Amino acid sequence: MREITVRDAIREAVMEEMQRSPGMIVMGEDIMPGAFGVHAGLGEMFPGRFLETPISEAAIVGTALGAAMTGGPVIAEIMYSDFLAVCMDEIVNQAAKIRYMTGGQARVPLVIRSPIGMTRGVAAQHSQSLEAWFAHIPGLRVAMPSTPADAKGLLKTALRGEDPVLFFEQKLLYGEKGPVPDGADHLVQLGTAHVAREGEDVTVVATGLMVSKALEAAVELQRSGISIEVVDPRTVSPIDFDTIYGSVDKTARLLVITEATLACSVASEIAASVAEHRFNSLDGPVRRLGSPFVPKPSTPTLEKLAYPGTDDILRIVREMVPRRTR
Amino acid sequence: MSNDLPKETLVGFWRDMHRIRAFERSAAYQSTLGKIYGALHSYEGQEACAVGVCAALQAGDYVASTHRGHGHSLAKGARMDRMMAELFGREDGYCRGKGGSLHIADFGCGMLGANGIVGAGYAIAAGAALTAKQSGSGRVAVCFFGDGAVTRGTFHEVMNMASLWKLPLLMVCENNGYAQYVSTTETMVFRSVADLAANYAVPGVHVDGNDIRGVFQATVAAVARARAGEGPTLLELRTERFNGHSSGDPQFYRSKAEVQELRRSRDPILRLEGELAGAGLLDDRDAILAAVEAEVTAAVAFADAAPYPAAEAVTQDVYA
Repeated sequence: MREITVRDAIREAVMEEMQRSPGMIVMGEDIMPGAFGVHAGLGEMFPGRFLETPISEAAIVGTALGAAMTGGPVIAEIMYSDFLAVCMDEIVNQAAKIRYMTGGQARVPLVIRSPIGMTRGVAAQHSQSLEAWFAHIPGLRVAMPSTPADAKGLLKTALRGEDPVLFFEQKLLYGEKGPVPDGADHLVQLGTAHVAREGEDVTVVATGLMVSKALEAAVELQRSGISIEVVDPRTVSPIDFDTIYGSVDKTARLLVITEATLACSVASEIAASVAEHRFNSLDGPVRRLGSPFVPKPSTPTLEKLAYPGTDDILRIVREMVPRRTR
Repeated sequence: MSNDLPKETLVGFWRDMHRIRAFERSAAYQSTLGKIYGALHSYEGQEACAVGVCAALQAGDYVASTHRGHGHSLAKGARMDRMMAELFGREDGYCRGKGGSLHIADFGCGMLGANGIVGAGYAIAAGAALTAKQSGSGRVAVCFFGDGAVTRGTFHEVMNMASLWKLPLLMVCENNGYAQYVSTTETMVFRSVADLAANYAVPGVHVDGNDIRGVFQATVAAVARARAGEGPTLLELRTERFNGHSSGDPQFYRSKAEVQELRRSRDPILRLEGELAGAGLLDDRDAILAAVEAEVTAAVAFADAAPYPAAEAVTQDVYA
């Protein structure tokens, strides 16, 4: 299978869905070539359909919502997911609720694409992982692809649906390559987890960038005879609990990893649900790993302390597995 | 009275304003009977704004409304019985009882929803106008908002963006002088909303919002400009709120005498009625009033008879 980057996979999804839906538009700040260059070359292909906006996040998302309610599909690109704090009313009170408030009259084919998470030294207002805010809100879908194939397939599905979707793209993944099926109908359904690696001893649930960290750890752990199963939920609203429960039934141990601040994170929700529904399957306490409860610092010496890393995964998994199993 | 508009149009204005007032008074009464669960924000006093603006629109045009939205819905073409059923919290209401007064919407007639967040309608209306522009449908979108909403930052964002993109949008400020319980003279440094328009390179028009003829004519001009691709217009309709902010507001912030004087001198329905009667154009008065009364009575009966939503409805309509 051909290998392309996450950036190109997203670009393909946008291009194909714009060809498929003549009413589709994309709007955002510096939209050409778009945040992290995702739209390179598309402006010439679709004249008048990439709308350069002022720096007005509330108006961008609100206008995108109004356009989606009356037409669509619409992509609103918010350059850094931290900036979503500026347009929370439009997302939380308007887009998420308009279908319910109107008794099902509204359709909202709106995708808010936004780069998320750590990158290099951009500090407290450009580095956060805020997906839990949105996973908390009924009416929203929240996608967090970790591979090029998932990025393309999830985005295409989101654009063909009628619910507002927060589509979070981890910045360090844009340049990562992976296999992506040919053809314009590669879709990944929201709410379907992917078992990124099969294993026997510990289930590790990870999202976004943390999937690659977990897979790195898996290789190292295998050398010492520990086999971990890496489950990537791919969307954190809805969460595919069936796949997670099935894996925990097999391994009897669970570690949940998030790049977000651990307190009140999606990892906390998954851990609580497994503890509630799979207590009898577990051989030990559910463990969680996330970012410490601090804003992100800029300097590299502190920045590396503010995120979970592969070493943390190795340490916790080794604590979880009794010596006799090793 | 100048015969600037046909008799049927003017009598229609009078009837449509009366429909709104009759609906609001009936709803207020039904609320005292305990049949309406949530708060109501009465449109009484502002009827000429909704009727005058919506009379200048086509069926396919869009309206985004406010917390004080009953008048906008009725004027845009929503049915009184399904609106009353929504206030009653019934399955046959426009929103299956899930929206209530604050969220009545009828997408079928282009009414995109009342809104519980002040200043949230601007961008939704602009988005509908964007759809119209992109698709070349020729439709326009109207955003109704109050003077109290002008201090939201979203006003600035949307005025700029809508002018930049020449969206077919009418920004219609119903200036009733109050931001909830506070006079907007205490919350805004500017005395004119329409004058702000110049900063965004769009026309700003002052209109007496209780003169329906003036509201209608100003809207016709703004709609023509929007449909011609020339962009948005900001209309400031100076009007009056005859009741408190919402049901149960004791109005400690203004005197009873002030309200009585407004009802006497600034009533848009009495004003048009006087003009029509003076010109001998209101020969159907009693029949029209009886028809409106019958419509309200039927709406209440419809709402009373409609079932509450079944328990399973609580989890429906969250997602497609």
